[in-house]
Amino acid sequence: MAATQKEPVNVTCAGPLNGVASGLLTWIDRRFPLIETWRKHLAEYYAPKNFNFWYYFGSLAMFALVLQIVTGIFLTMHYKPDANLAFASVEYIMREVPFGWLIRYMHSTGASMFFIVIYLHMFRGLLYGSYREPRELIWIFGVLIYLCLMGEAFFGYLLPWGQMSYWGAQVIVNLFATIPLIGPDLALWIRGDYVVSDATLNRFFAFHVIALPLVLLGLVVAHLLALHEVGSNNPDGIEINNHKDAEGKPLDGIPFHPYYVVKDTFGVVVFLIVFAIILFFMPEMGGYFLEYNNFIPADPLKTPEHIAPVWYFTPYYSILRAVPPLFNSQFPGVAAMGAATMILFLLPWLDRSPVKSVRYKGPIFRWALGLFVAVFLLLGYLGTVSTNEWGQFGAWLGGAERATVAARIGTLLYFLFFILMPWYSVIDKTKPEPQRVTG
Amino acid sequence: MKITTRFFVPVLAALAFAYAPFALPAPSAKPDKAHVDMRDAASLQSGAKVFVNYCLNCHAASMMRYNRLGDLGLTEDQIRENLLFTADKVGEMMNVGMTRKDGKDWFGVAPPDLSVIARSRGADWLYTYLRAFYRDTASPTGWNNLLYERVAMPHALWNLSGEATLEVREFKTEEAAIAAKLQTRSFSMLERVGEGEARRYLLKSTRMTTPGAQSPAQYDGTVRDLVNYLVWMGEPGQLYRKQVGIVVLFVLLILLGLSWALYKNFWKDLH
Repeated sequence: MAATQKEPVNVTCAGPLNGVASGLLTWIDRRFPLIETWRKHLAEYYAPKNFNFWYYFGSLAMFALVLQIVTGIFLTMHYKPDANLAFASVEYIMREVPFGWLIRYMHSTGASMFFIVIYLHMFRGLLYGSYREPRELIWIFGVLIYLCLMGEAFFGYLLPWGQMSYWGAQVIVNLFATIPLIGPDLALWIRGDYVVSDATLNRFFAFHVIALPLVLLGLVVAHLLALHEVGSNNPDGIEINNHKDAEGKPLDGIPFHPYYVVKDTFGVVVFLIVFAIILFFMPEMGGYFLEYNNFIPADPLKTPEHIAPVWYFTPYYSILRAVPPLFNSQFPGVAAMGAATMILFLLPWLDRSPVKSVRYKGPIFRWALGLFVAVFLLLGYLGTVSTNEWGQFGAWLGGAERATVAARIGTLLYFLFFILMPWYSVIDKTKPEPQRVTG
Repeated sequence: MKITTRFFVPVLAALAFAYAPFALPAPSAKPDKAHVDMRDAASLQSGAKVFVNYCLNCHAASMMRYNRLGDLGLTEDQIRENLLFTADKVGEMMNVGMTRKDGKDWFGVAPPDLSVIARSRGADWLYTYLRAFYRDTASPTGWNNLLYERVAMPHALWNLSGEATLEVREFKTEEAAIAAKLQTRSFSMLERVGEGEARRYLLKSTRMTTPGAQSPAQYDGTVRDLVNYLVWMGEPGQLYRKQVGIVVLFVLLILLGLSWALYKNFWKDLH
């Protein structure tokens, strides 16, 4: 019956299944906008044809997210969220579960790779002004995804119940305790106990495996819907929708499917190769992806000498440590750390340059961005080492720790990049944007 | 590509600027190199023997199953006859009779589980630590350790290594101290004390007083085997992991070629 109906959509199905397949498709399409969705988001979503290297990281981030969700599901099948069993259950996965080691390393390496991809994806936004009008909401959803991801990573890091898991969580939860008035009660409420304990582990498990992933997926959908509403930016930072052909298709746009699907597939394979090299040959990545101290079971009575968060948090950790306490309270550092992430939300309104892309922006922006990246890396490095790693200055600087002074300068520059942007983005000598995209 | 150079030059310049004013201080006592080799089955088997004989009385390896030793080329019978001291069946975990409470009462701290000790301490640290014990009458156990001062653990391998005492030599210049350090055969540490005129360099090392059942070179070999085993036990599947990795990379390389060809083929009609 269905096969006798007139084919409403232009779908090619080769071979003897032709009639059945298109019939089924018609049946579905009358009840669900399958073809329409396919067209709107893939086959007829026109993306600029001049995407470069930096444009791989959006689809890679999605790939990394799926990887984390799938491996995470398998990990929950053997992991035990119990303070007495958690550490050993992870080792059980590593030793006794067939290919459990692979799933676990995929998840632990995947977390770091996810952040690498996200940082490069965000950097792409900075390079080409992808946060500028009309893409402010895409950027805001993106920053929310980033914050959510940090929460997800933080909750997940407690689960192996090693020394770094435990003391890292202790330190982070205590950050909330520094908030004036409500702090101590807030920290108690978060932990569910006076110290990080079994109760904390259980609730962090709940947040990690269901609460935050749900929020994350919702935000990713919002991020993509907003993107597909206004269309993608490109390395020239100009709108391809300003030049359309007679049929209303952008002249410089190409359908996402098949062009970017095949291109991004190649990107995914390259990503997988890097991923596999780390995963199979250096899963600890010299202590950065899996910290050595986390192979010691959590001991509430023994504080490690040097508590360092995992690398993707260290720039903020540096900012936290760099800000001196005020009236015996660490709150200013905590506030600065919070502000360092919150200021990202304002970016679309801080950049007032007449052009979007770094290609047409002037030297001031280029230097500012270069310095910002250098400072971010420097703060990231400083967050992994102890504050006296570089020794102390002589008496002329009151014997201040060199690393702390560097972190303070870094923190200042980090904020100045944003705070001075409304000024330097205006006075900068920009070049004229082209009418159509360049190579 | 132009954009890349235009971008990275300022980044590198900024990095250079950020680093320039600081000189890095010299690192502290570096442990000796253990030179572990996961392919050396003889060394791993001999390390397993040392482990069950000397360590697995106070320390457990509760996440390690006896029959996993089969991965080292041992049969179940060999494991049962030579290595099975703390359990009845080869399928059991390497547990010990001593409870954590007993351990705490007797040593001050419960001896840690050694299943993944090599992953937290590292091979070089363990190799150095087990060769740095010396006699110290001031310590409750009669032993102290150059690498881990006032450690609660007594020297379990003393009848192999023999007994040593701490030797501290004082030098006026760093060069003389380093020269003496290079000639020291045991693990040694250099410390700087005092300021200005009173600046001295202390070279701490251990000196054998009573020889043990093994010569120092033999003992180094025994410890190396043991550490080799501990590293293996930290992740018994590590060799297999690398083998799988090579196959996976091979498949991915084929996929890389295919996906590149697919991408180029689809894109060739664009311009």
